[in-house]
Amino acid sequence: MANFETVRVDTDVLILGGGMAACGAAVEAAYWAKKNNLKVTLVDKAAMDRSGAVAMGLSALNQYVGLRDGENTIKDYCDYVRNDLMGITREDLVASIARHVDSTIHLFEKWGLPIWKDEKGAYVHEGRWQLMINGESYKVVIAEAAKNALTQNGHEYFERVFITHPLVEGGRCVGAVGFSVRENKFYVFRAQAVLAAMGGAVGVFKPRSSGEGAGRAWYPPFNSGASAYFTLKAGAEMTCQEVRFIPVRFKDAYGPVGAWFLLFKSRATNALGENYMETRKAELDNWAPYGKVKPVPANLRNYLGMLDVMEGKGPIYMRTEEALGKIAEQYKDDKKAYAKKMKELESEAWEDFLDMTISQAMLWAATNVQPEEKPSEIAAAEPYFIGSHSGASGAWVSGPKDLAPPEYFWGYENMATVKGLFCAGDASGASSHKFSSGSHAEGRIAAKSAVRYVVKEKPGLANVSDATIEGLKDLVYKPLKLFEESQKKSTQADVNPGYIMPNQFRMRLQKLMDEYAGGVTAQFTTSGALCQRGLELLKTLKEDSASLGAKTLHDLMRCWENYHRMYQAEAHVRSILFREETRWPGYYFRSDKPKMDPNWQCFVNCVMDPKSEEWTMKKVPIKYIFA
Amino acid sequence: MPSFVNPEKCDGCKALDKTACQYVCPNDLMVLNKDTMKAYNQEPDQCWECQCCVKICAQQAMDVRGYADFIPLGASVVPLRSSDSIMWTIKFRNGQIKRFKFPIRTTPEGKAEPAGGWDTKANIDDFTLFTEPASLGLETVAAPGTKTWKK
Repeated sequence: MANFETVRVDTDVLILGGGMAACGAAVEAAYWAKKNNLKVTLVDKAAMDRSGAVAMGLSALNQYVGLRDGENTIKDYCDYVRNDLMGITREDLVASIARHVDSTIHLFEKWGLPIWKDEKGAYVHEGRWQLMINGESYKVVIAEAAKNALTQNGHEYFERVFITHPLVEGGRCVGAVGFSVRENKFYVFRAQAVLAAMGGAVGVFKPRSSGEGAGRAWYPPFNSGASAYFTLKAGAEMTCQEVRFIPVRFKDAYGPVGAWFLLFKSRATNALGENYMETRKAELDNWAPYGKVKPVPANLRNYLGMLDVMEGKGPIYMRTEEALGKIAEQYKDDKKAYAKKMKELESEAWEDFLDMTISQAMLWAATNVQPEEKPSEIAAAEPYFIGSHSGASGAWVSGPKDLAPPEYFWGYENMATVKGLFCAGDASGASSHKFSSGSHAEGRIAAKSAVRYVVKEKPGLANVSDATIEGLKDLVYKPLKLFEESQKKSTQADVNPGYIMPNQFRMRLQKLMDEYAGGVTAQFTTSGALCQRGLELLKTLKEDSASLGAKTLHDLMRCWENYHRMYQAEAHVRSILFREETRWPGYYFRSDKPKMDPNWQCFVNCVMDPKSEEWTMKKVPIKYIFA
Repeated sequence: MPSFVNPEKCDGCKALDKTACQYVCPNDLMVLNKDTMKAYNQEPDQCWECQCCVKICAQQAMDVRGYADFIPLGASVVPLRSSDSIMWTIKFRNGQIKRFKFPIRTTPEGKAEPAGGWDTKANIDDFTLFTEPASLGLETVAAPGTKTWKK
């Protein structure tokens, strides 16, 4: 095996990740660290210009509160999030993000993100909270500001370094280790404070597609559970690990439906032309009070459509032809105005795809879709872990001093239950609906808090023994060693008794999660017994993870990504099993506990002992900040 | 095979220490074959079809062939990205062509100024962030008791 140089980097604030939350953290930390003579180091597994969930671009900013113009209040946003998550939310965290997100968006505009404006100069809304943007280069612009903030203030960033493990000493997170995916270098980062913002998890469940299309997840396949593993393995308490997210999008390519629902006022119907939001309205009573609110929570909208599919009433269609027909009707007396309007709308509809899901444009072109002539299919995607959207999974973090109930406050906002470990974006839980803009704002909140922690507590750099470092280095590179040692045992590299390649390992994980934890082929349905069986299969998978093999550094990254996914999977199954009810029927349905139960109007939190890897599950009461 | 490389156009970014596609791919899929000096996508079934590689390729040597398991053949979606806009050419299976052009940024490349011209009136102990409250367009950050908090 090649020699791997150990590179040691000492810093004060270590930011892990390069997506929206990490970029927000970089801008904020760069300023406060410089003021306090501290150093910031950011580590990204990819290139910041195009890393994270916004790599491709986005067509809207989904969280803008509009405080400046009195459009909404903080309470309005908290109400919306609380209802959408069926009551399970940390209002202190949601409010904390909501009071800063507009600042983040105003900064985006200054940095050069084109936000649509009307004739009067006001932002163009897609919905109450959503702003329209020309977002092809959204991430490029945001990364540029982050990189400028770091380099102009004497800080640094590393790209193509994949973080595998936290460093923990005396119950405090003191750094991280990882490896370059391009060079033979093992990195050891020591820091006074660590900020985890490494995204959510995709590829834990089997995708709908097979073959090449397996990469076409709605959320990106390179979000591979790094945040969840890092925080779990640091010993942090986690929350809402059962609250996965399932988006309903245009089928297969997963193109956005927002423009069609919100701008075009399109309906979705089943094959019989029935609108399940009307025909199944009575079902919503079973999920009161949340079933009674407007807008209907995302998971309940999903559920009503799923009920139609399960009864064989599919396909479910987005009625584009009907929506466009209605617009034509409005302009029937003015052909010129109609042509102008249609040109505008056509451009908006295509940009929605091209900005964030180019494959959807390809699919429509390849199937000669004329949206004014016929409808297009929509479908529920496979489950994802994305605490920033309408899911909620992540670490359990302290709220801010002035907002958090005493039970939710332990000194520094966005600090996990492990000292020195801060979380933002998909890494922090129970603060849903932050999306890209709120994740950036949360990164800023967490970064200022991390600098404050360093300034106030002066934790210093920990001594991490050489034995610890060497042990981790051996562990990290083990798949390469195993491959090299075993390759002569077979004439075919993929099939060898000495190791299992990471893609096969991933498929095994995905198959068991799909079948036992309520994936697509199980129609999102599971039960206590299925979860128990799933845990048995996960146990042997975990044993076999010691046999992961890698031929290249790229394979090695895949090995650790799938290792991380496996822990996200286990946290998920354990949490579904522990919560003996069904609360988000359009995300998962527990067939043995099919109703919402007031006894479970609480958070489900879990902790994994980092050494023994034993899990503790607990109920945590919900304390709203608004009556 | 999601993104692919046209060998007639790819020059292996010979002037650079690594190829542009290798630099940018968020999923670490692009590799340079050192023998042929041509790049290739090493793991097509993990391609997100984000086209970051296509957009960055100076030789326009890259394209995407839609996922074979659900996208019929015959279409193409080709971006041409400049410093301030992007032009898309969409070719349908039946030959129809659509073309769209959208702005991508309003500032010169590289010039995103972190503070956006705003001052910061905050200290390390409070919950006011860098550039706030100016960047909020408010006198103070929303807090319980202010009119931005609750009607």
